[in-house]
Amino acid sequence: MSTHKIDEQRRKFLVTATTVVGGVGVLAASLPFATSLLPSAKAEAAAAPVEVDLSHLQPGQMLTVEWQGKPVWIIYRTKAMIEGLHKHENELRDPESRVDQQPEYAHNEHRSINPDYLVLIGICTHLGCSPKYVPTVHELGSNWPGGFYCPCHGSTFDLAGRVFKGVPAPINLAVPPYTFLAEKRILIGTDWNPGQGTRDG
Amino acid sequence: MANKLVNWFKQRFPIEKTYQENLTRYYLPKNFNFWYLLGSLALVMLGLQLFTGIFLSMYYTPTAKEAFASVEFIMRDVNYGWLIRYLHSTGASFFFIVIYLHMFRSLLYGSHKRPRELVWLLGMLLYLVLLAEAFMGYLLPWGQMSYWGAQVITSLFSAIPVIGPKLTLWMRGDYMVADATLHRFFALHIIAVPLIMIFLVRLHIKALHYVGANNPLGIDITINSKDNQTIPFHPYYTLKDLWGLAIFLLIFTLIVFFAPEFGGYFLEPTNFIPADPLQTPAHIAPIWYMTPFYAMLRAVPDKLWGVMTMAAAIAILFVLPWLDRSPVRSIRYRGWMSKMALFIFSLSFLGLGYLGLTEVTPWRTLLARVFTMGYFAFFLLMPFYTALEKSKPLPERIA
Amino acid sequence: MMKPYLTIILLVLGTLLFKLAQASETSIKLQQAHIYPSDKASLQRGAKLFMNYCSGCHSLQYMRYQRIAEDLGINEKLLKENLIFSAAKPGDPVESALLSTDAKNWFGVVPPDLTLIAKIRGVNWLYTFLHGFYQDENRPWGTNNILFPEVAMPHVLAPLQGIQTYSPLKPEQPQPILQLKQPGLLTAREYDQAINDLVNFLAYTAAPEKLKRQYLGMGVLLFLAIFAILTYLLKREYWKKINQRSL
Repeated sequence: MSTHKIDEQRRKFLVTATTVVGGVGVLAASLPFATSLLPSAKAEAAAAPVEVDLSHLQPGQMLTVEWQGKPVWIIYRTKAMIEGLHKHENELRDPESRVDQQPEYAHNEHRSINPDYLVLIGICTHLGCSPKYVPTVHELGSNWPGGFYCPCHGSTFDLAGRVFKGVPAPINLAVPPYTFLAEKRILIGTDWNPGQGTRDG
Repeated sequence: MANKLVNWFKQRFPIEKTYQENLTRYYLPKNFNFWYLLGSLALVMLGLQLFTGIFLSMYYTPTAKEAFASVEFIMRDVNYGWLIRYLHSTGASFFFIVIYLHMFRSLLYGSHKRPRELVWLLGMLLYLVLLAEAFMGYLLPWGQMSYWGAQVITSLFSAIPVIGPKLTLWMRGDYMVADATLHRFFALHIIAVPLIMIFLVRLHIKALHYVGANNPLGIDITINSKDNQTIPFHPYYTLKDLWGLAIFLLIFTLIVFFAPEFGGYFLEPTNFIPADPLQTPAHIAPIWYMTPFYAMLRAVPDKLWGVMTMAAAIAILFVLPWLDRSPVRSIRYRGWMSKMALFIFSLSFLGLGYLGLTEVTPWRTLLARVFTMGYFAFFLLMPFYTALEKSKPLPERIA
Repeated sequence: MMKPYLTIILLVLGTLLFKLAQASETSIKLQQAHIYPSDKASLQRGAKLFMNYCSGCHSLQYMRYQRIAEDLGINEKLLKENLIFSAAKPGDPVESALLSTDAKNWFGVVPPDLTLIAKIRGVNWLYTFLHGFYQDENRPWGTNNILFPEVAMPHVLAPLQGIQTYSPLKPEQPQPILQLKQPGLLTAREYDQAINDLVNFLAYTAAPEKLKRQYLGMGVLLFLAIFAILTYLLKREYWKKINQRSL
């Protein structure tokens, strides 16, 4: 009886080929599952940019809207508020906003595109509570220049969202991406398009 | 380098032993045919259901209010959600196709007979558990059929004397199938029952490996020998099963991608209507893999006896090893009575399955009764026809 | 004796019997709709018809405007102009403005959501239904439907189809006859096309992933065919040793 001669070459080739093809298959099959974990259309819809109408906002007033599940504040700063921003820089932890908490176009003293409107994400950079808007001078002591006070652990921020020294919060409040669609309409969630709406200053 | 790592493990864990016992030195008859593919296929299906189920449960909401919408959300909003859902729903039906064929193999070749009775018993337990798993899973989409099917099946238990109604109330957690029912079915479906299944599968395979596999000739062969009747599982049957898997997947993916509803048998039209506790659909029927038993239930004109008949139909499968008195295992060597009985059984089971999908008419009820008798006759008469008939002489060797 | 073939024959027979079980139970013969999932023009016309005539009462709560726009090849501007009539954003689901309390008062029932109606009723049923309205003074809205007797829905598409009258069944008539008494804006042929577009659109909403699914499916089948060939060759190669010995 003749014994079968094992063709090692052929075997090796077939094993390799099958393993490679099979491996590709397994990889390809895993893609839909991995992709399914990306944000769903529902999440994308909820995270979509939010348009805000500022025509009814009075000077000194703050408006809160929701974007990506977070509170976003828009404050219509008065001239006095804007002028007061450089008066207490030695009391601030990061007066020049060196830490990357704002887009390029908000990397300035007033931390915004247009100094009249301040746009901030209303979440304290300490442990995540939402601070209170305390614009009036004297509410938190005679030297209080106006800003935000977080009731959870006492962190304070000025009217450009910059954090004061000596409080638990480590960095300035974040500025979200936003742009102007018209003089009194902003879109939160998309970066500034200078060709649209008013230019800064 | 890699060798050193492997050796480190080998000194601390019985890798080599496990590998040899179950793969390279696990000897099997060399004459396995198509019917012997189904065991490994069933394992693959279990893995598939577990895997797709995990991803579904990342997005599914198990409340009466949101369940239906969450499934449609998976189908449309979740990336590839439709694929995961269709794999799971088609997977459930294919799991049952595989299991029914797998069980049928045993009827063909007498794999339930001594010394493999325990393998059969564990398998039957698995079948029961699978039915429960499928039943609970079917409630989750919270469609009209989900809701009313669960309502009907949980009502069946109220037929049990004395404790019946209380038992049904306890199962549901409410007076009708409700939020409470959905929650507990979800918990059982995704955690408790899968764990039980994995455990039982392990026992099932362990029991099989201990006594060794049967073969299409049904003859005893000395395992582990060099006498040219057996071959090691790896590489011969691993490779053969891999090929079998490829063909199976071709058929499976054909359905998943081109006909996932399979004419309304895998995903039923009525179940695309959200559950409405105030309106029963015109026809309630269980899904196709449960219809044989449903047809039996309807064929019996009494509520309690209908439930008993259904239960008996499954229970009698458990005692098959002791009803089968044939001196030979495989149908190939049994007498004509066994062959006819098996044919009648198959016809009855398929016939009942078909009837369970249709509306009741007097003719169909008669046919269902005839088929029910055919089903039970296979088992109840088995001790007699297997003992009386003349079997053919067995070959001594496989080759 | 019980070869696999016999089992397969039994299974095939079984399947055929199953198919018989699907015989239509309604006595009205259903007209055929022609569904073309890849005909974007048809789907767009259907979407427009839906938003204009149906969305007043019926929602498509599982479909987002954005998704419809993407799948049908409609840009955001056209979407907002032609399909969104409320303050809804593109990412929002297609909701109807009809309040369920008003619906119950006016119709006695809340108009069902139509996202999945094509799977529930079937496309031929929908096509026949939308062709089947006729004048009936006994009904609150003045119309009835041969496929859905005493339906609560008025004949919203009457301006397009016109008004039909119903001739009762006679022994020689196996199907009821509907005759056009008053024509609408569209000819019979145009109406057929419009309804086909609408039903095509509803078939889409019931299964928006269909085209992608079939496309992906072909790729998967091709891959598996190659894989199956390879695994067969591999199996055969190793089994040569076993089969050789049994000479």
